[in-house]
Amino acid sequence: MPIKLPSFRPRRDAYPPDLWTKCPSCGEMLFNKQLDKVLRVCPSCGHHFRLSAEARIEMLLDAGSFAERDAGLESEDPLGFVDQKAYPDRIAAAQLATGMRDAAVWGTGTIDGRPVVVCVMDFGFMGGSMGAVVGEKVTRAAEHALVARVPLFVVAASGGARMQEGTLSLMQLAKTVGALERLRAAGVPFLSLLSDPTTGGVFASFAVLGDVNIAEPNALIGFAGARVSAGTIAQELPPGFQRSEFLFQHGFLDRVVHRSELRSEVSSLLRFLVARPAPLVEDRTDGDPLGLPSFRALSFLSNLAERVLPTESEIAGATNGHSSSPATPTTPTTASTTATPTTPSTPATPTTPSAPATAPVRASQPAPMSAPSPTPEATTTPEPVPGATSSEEASRG
Amino acid sequence: MVDRFRGRGRDAAARAATDDPPAPAPARDPKAETWARVQLARNLRRPRILDLLPELAEEFVEIHGDRLFGDDEAVVTGFARIGDRRVVVVGQQKGADTEENIRRNFGMPHPEGYRKAMRVMELAERFGLPVVTFVDVPGAHPGPESEERGIAEAIARSIGLMSRLRTPIVVVITGEGGSGGALAIAVGDVVIALENAVYSVISPEGCASILWRTADEAPTAAVAMKMTAPDQQALGIIDIVIPEPGEGAHTDHAETARRIRAVVVDQLDALAAVPLDELVEARYRRFRTIGAFREVEAPPPVIPERPGLADRLRNLLDPGRWSGISTIPAGRRDELPARDEV
Repeated sequence: MPIKLPSFRPRRDAYPPDLWTKCPSCGEMLFNKQLDKVLRVCPSCGHHFRLSAEARIEMLLDAGSFAERDAGLESEDPLGFVDQKAYPDRIAAAQLATGMRDAAVWGTGTIDGRPVVVCVMDFGFMGGSMGAVVGEKVTRAAEHALVARVPLFVVAASGGARMQEGTLSLMQLAKTVGALERLRAAGVPFLSLLSDPTTGGVFASFAVLGDVNIAEPNALIGFAGARVSAGTIAQELPPGFQRSEFLFQHGFLDRVVHRSELRSEVSSLLRFLVARPAPLVEDRTDGDPLGLPSFRALSFLSNLAERVLPTESEIAGATNGHSSSPATPTTPTTASTTATPTTPSTPATPTTPSAPATAPVRASQPAPMSAPSPTPEATTTPEPVPGATSSEEASRG
Repeated sequence: MVDRFRGRGRDAAARAATDDPPAPAPARDPKAETWARVQLARNLRRPRILDLLPELAEEFVEIHGDRLFGDDEAVVTGFARIGDRRVVVVGQQKGADTEENIRRNFGMPHPEGYRKAMRVMELAERFGLPVVTFVDVPGAHPGPESEERGIAEAIARSIGLMSRLRTPIVVVITGEGGSGGALAIAVGDVVIALENAVYSVISPEGCASILWRTADEAPTAAVAMKMTAPDQQALGIIDIVIPEPGEGAHTDHAETARRIRAVVVDQLDALAAVPLDELVEARYRRFRTIGAFREVEAPPPVIPERPGLADRLRNLLDPGRWSGISTIPAGRRDELPARDEV
């Protein structure tokens, strides 16, 4: 029994918006509780409603697996920006309305048991615009994915860069893309989900760069806003312009996926997109053109050698000679113990010239994997075998 | 870049990140002053890359085409010799008259322009040549062809390439630095700007029409965004500002070119001494540290509980209901808020 108090209603077709939602596509009135059950997709026309970051995480990740990181990041007002409202006031209002600190959250979680690093944006917070905090969160997520060697999954929902932070927000494009380039060089997968809407600087930076790009049906995805396009060039825009299907047709999306199938699609993609293990060998061989982490790995290796070599020679000097080297040392890293005996013995072995060259490289590969395993068994595990045998050959000769 | 090694650039970035914004330029109607600068940056007779190169370099050979789709005349690329230094040059080129402007699409590059730029930057890396870029762009072309061919992808890839390019990159902003279209060729070890150049995340007209709901407020928006070269230097986005001769760069192209040349040569020589690993790492750090935020400990802001039926009835009868802040969580609202666009 609705109370007829028309003067309190702002418009004729108003409705209690916390109970009912009107589908903007087909005009159907949808009961919110029902809508939540079907992942906020209109049952009659398939319109995908926008999701809050919280709902998105709940929908995509295993229940209770999400652990948020850096929840305390909050924007500052570096420009002292005031339009019709001061920027800090806008932030405060958005925080009150959404319960978020800024337009993105990031953290770790699992999808069907597979670990992922996720970063999810929320269009409800100032149009999902990317300022320093969003840029920082995406970057930190990428950096964490790089260190943990876990796939990165970013859900974009944004109007673009945040004007209130001026060029500082523009530089977030460079910041996020720079971090993703490192991820790419290291062979850690990056999955990008473009939801409605993904435009402007967010689309033109990390969102478009996914190793696999997925979008929801009919999502608005584009570089310039449709009004800007139409205004600047004064020409008719084609139907379906800047929608998921348009981008799919032009080859910028891998898949357009209905929300009900999204989770299983992502899960099956994650079965294929697995981070490349052990960066050390690759960095040695092709690190030069790819660049970024190569010198770190090498310095890590040389540090390792410096730490291990003197003790090794001391031990070798104390217990007479080369033959005992695989068994006696109790240093935790098998790679260095198997690799180091080759170097002193190389001048004496003209028989196997290739062995010393390949041995340190091969042996260094399993180092991070076999590090926890105790040294004596290491020679019997399958991976260190080539390194160990070659060193044995070298020391025998 | 070298400044950054000495610590000056970092100070500027840190200042932008922590303190209050730097004090605005003393009085004298900042709005008119800023707007005058924006107009100067857009001056039709402002020197473009092809006007500057004869004075800036002894020799220039233009190269064309992105090897994928076509050649974009809004982007000029080629090899140049500055003194005894061989460099690769990338720049955006507006036209001097209507005819040329149509050919050059008013200096608004299509994706093929950025892909051409990427191609020559890869050449530069392969042959160990430093890159000098000249930024002067109102923005990347915002049209259907641009979107069809992936302007966003081209920009993002170009930014990515520059962030890892293993050769020195010197960026010179000579006119308008318009948003992503500018940044796509402006990720450098050192960013130089002419005195009357501007750099912004969106055109002042665009910003005004979104935030003030009228493009007439563009001068106000220009002030608010702090888009002039000196302001950008204070924010740590630009490292060096080159004073312009006379009334502005358009009055004396040759002198402008000579001044740019002096600074560019200086920077190229300084950067040549830096090991590549260090160079790339410092470039990454430079952009990694831009942006102002703080870390707070307090619990996140709480949305008021969703009211029960009784509360809702009470609310319905309360005339103040529609004036207050909405109690509906953001995810539930589907109307489009003001779009922030690049």
